[in-house]
Amino acid sequence: MALKTGASFVKLNAFRRAARAIDVKSSDVRKRSITNIVKWLLSTRTRPETAQNGGGKIAKFPGARAPYVSEMKFFNETSYEPIPIYRVMDNNGQIIDKNEEPNLDKATLINMYKTMVQLSHMDKILYESQRQGRISFYMTNYGEEGIHIGSASALSPKDLVFSQYREVGVFLYRGMTVTELVNQCYGNCEDPGKGRQMPVHYGSKHHNMVTISSPLGTQMPQAVGAAYAYKRVPNNDRCVICYFGDGAASEGDAHAAFNFAATLDCPVIMLCRNNGYAISTPTSEQYRGDGIASRGPALGLHTLRVDGTDTLAVHNAVKRARDFTVANNKPVLIEAMAYRVGHHSTSDDSSAYRSVEEIQKWTKDESPLQKFKLYLEHKGYWDAETEKAWSKEARDTVVRTMQEAEKKKKPNWKEMLEDVYYEMPPRLQKQMKQMEEHLKKYPEHYPLNQHESD
Amino acid sequence: MALKSSPAVLGMLTRLSRRSFATSKALASKPVTVRDALNQAIDEEMERDEKVFVLGEEVAQYDGAYKVTRGLWKKYGDKRVIDTPITEAGFAGIAVGAAFAGLKPICEFMTFNFSMQAIDHIINSAAKTFYMSAGTVPVPIVFRGPNGAASGVAAQHSQCFGAWYSHCPGLKVLMPYSAEDAKGLLKAAIRDPDPVVMLEDEIMYGIPFPMSDEAQSKDFVLPIGKAKVEREGRHITLVCAGRGTDTALKAAEQLAGSKGIECEVVNLRTIRPMDFDTIARSIAKTHHLITVEQGWPQSGIGAEICARVMESPSFFELDAPVWRVCGADVPMPYARTLEAHAVPGPADVVDAVTSVLGNKISAVQAQ
Repeated sequence: MALKTGASFVKLNAFRRAARAIDVKSSDVRKRSITNIVKWLLSTRTRPETAQNGGGKIAKFPGARAPYVSEMKFFNETSYEPIPIYRVMDNNGQIIDKNEEPNLDKATLINMYKTMVQLSHMDKILYESQRQGRISFYMTNYGEEGIHIGSASALSPKDLVFSQYREVGVFLYRGMTVTELVNQCYGNCEDPGKGRQMPVHYGSKHHNMVTISSPLGTQMPQAVGAAYAYKRVPNNDRCVICYFGDGAASEGDAHAAFNFAATLDCPVIMLCRNNGYAISTPTSEQYRGDGIASRGPALGLHTLRVDGTDTLAVHNAVKRARDFTVANNKPVLIEAMAYRVGHHSTSDDSSAYRSVEEIQKWTKDESPLQKFKLYLEHKGYWDAETEKAWSKEARDTVVRTMQEAEKKKKPNWKEMLEDVYYEMPPRLQKQMKQMEEHLKKYPEHYPLNQHESD
Repeated sequence: MALKSSPAVLGMLTRLSRRSFATSKALASKPVTVRDALNQAIDEEMERDEKVFVLGEEVAQYDGAYKVTRGLWKKYGDKRVIDTPITEAGFAGIAVGAAFAGLKPICEFMTFNFSMQAIDHIINSAAKTFYMSAGTVPVPIVFRGPNGAASGVAAQHSQCFGAWYSHCPGLKVLMPYSAEDAKGLLKAAIRDPDPVVMLEDEIMYGIPFPMSDEAQSKDFVLPIGKAKVEREGRHITLVCAGRGTDTALKAAEQLAGSKGIECEVVNLRTIRPMDFDTIARSIAKTHHLITVEQGWPQSGIGAEICARVMESPSFFELDAPVWRVCGADVPMPYARTLEAHAVPGPADVVDAVTSVLGNKISAVQAQ
């Protein structure tokens, strides 16, 4: 963030930025904001005061343009107000400001909610299936459904998605079926990924979803690179969205991605799911300062912080970010605040580092599903009966799919040697042939009937 | 990165290399330096395919730290010759993402030593994504830059990464020796649908080689995965690549002159996929083998060649054990005298050949 002198200047500038970020349009919102800024200007909170020298002369170094001062002052995380958290609904699903309610039709809203419920059932059943030893690994998405569905519903299907590993709701909303996702987790012959990746590492070229990469943060500069490729297309109308967590934001790749997105002017939305924990590491140990969002203005990214448990707020944020980034070829950083209700993965037991009471607060009062359901109920689109019916259907779909997935054969063993190179090199061809002959000779020693055959 | 070679160092290196390498070939009618050959290759491929673009540190107005991208920014502009902030992991990731989205990036590392900061993108993303995406997302990308020992820049600027990258399936690894190699291989790499690592030699950049009209043409492309027999011989096979080829050829010349030993010099050109057929044919002819590389011995390129010989009928063709001539098993020292001894020179190859041929040397001379 640029260093400005004088408290009021800092405040006014911060306000201008905030106003620009949410692009205030309606007059009563503006009125309320003006009231706020007056209160803010009158507040007695200590602000960084720096005496100007030389009549506010602006220094023009190649690396910075800023006023000279004669009083030395360090700036730190308390020098600025925290970046506010945009929301549309309260915890009871009531719209706080009617002007901010997105214009979504009934069918879309119901589809959004149904996907969230479907996701949560899929999580529950696949998590248990890992516990029963049916699959090797799983990661749940509890508490972050609002971020998945809110963002996915604001994008165009043409937009390219680089996800981390906890965004399966985006895959579902984009049209990947429960069957395809479950087949991936089971690595069977109908897995679109040919049974190659560990569970939850989905990918779909058809749905413009890049195959998930395990090393943290690698997707971030890659997303910027893809956005650069889009930018080169004349009359480009696509953007790239990149999801990452508060932990991944500590990777060097994250800094690289922000800096490249800004310097290369790329149409990319960097969406941080700040869920409070990186496996067991709380955000209090992950970083100092005002979260991930504060890094945006520092590196020249349009930045917005949003309540990730408020699906409508996430939808608005991503929609506005999308319009902006496609029109201007400038990156946007969104920090969606949420809470990881489940364990990190099936390899983790989070009771070792957080209390049950803490988790309960987020499952009851701050549940994105609950808030969105209440909103639909207020609108008269949903009730206890439809909830019960859909909940049953969603659950049954997963159970049925899982049972089918388990019965399906594993991919043809030959798939193991394919796609290493665009054309199979002679060495691999030779190995495949040798293996083929070997299997013909000793079939009784191999579980060939468990695999697809030619 | 900490230390980047300044143009002054570059100039010094160029002079050094000119002083220390045979330039007899430069007397041929159309001498072209390796640097210019690389430049031609990039230029021609950029002209041919709009999707090809270059990115890296200092590649634009500065023409590249080693001037390989000279003039390209002027010709193609900011859109296709991109100077990036100093973040190897960043621009390697950008290149991978751009390749996912359909472009053909040429990602220049100022030296391959710095590629270590980006190796996750090269190994875990570029090399594996085609496989992990079930064959739906090819990654047509070239990672290129100077590799191996430079001159006077010590441990962190003088290392061969041939063994490192050739270890990984999904990557193709090229190591050009001459101007013809550089042009033909780089053009092939740019056109290839797989990710390619092109390991050039800083010290070879300024060396001129004669280039045929054919090699000068825009259609000239060398096949990936094919070695070249640089010199025919019947007594011993020297397998090498990159600057190692220069060392081997000089040794071969000395041996032919002083001892009447005829070495067959096989320039691998491609480290992965390796052209073992050419090596095997040569062993069948000479029955003796020595590998020459700048990298360290353990798990090196020579070690791989030895293993393949052991696993194949070529083993029965051998009349003596195979020897590897490698870089000294230490980080590169700075002192000039030590540095000179830490990389294999022609004398080391001559010694190795003499030892391997052992008591047969007198017999060779009698023939």
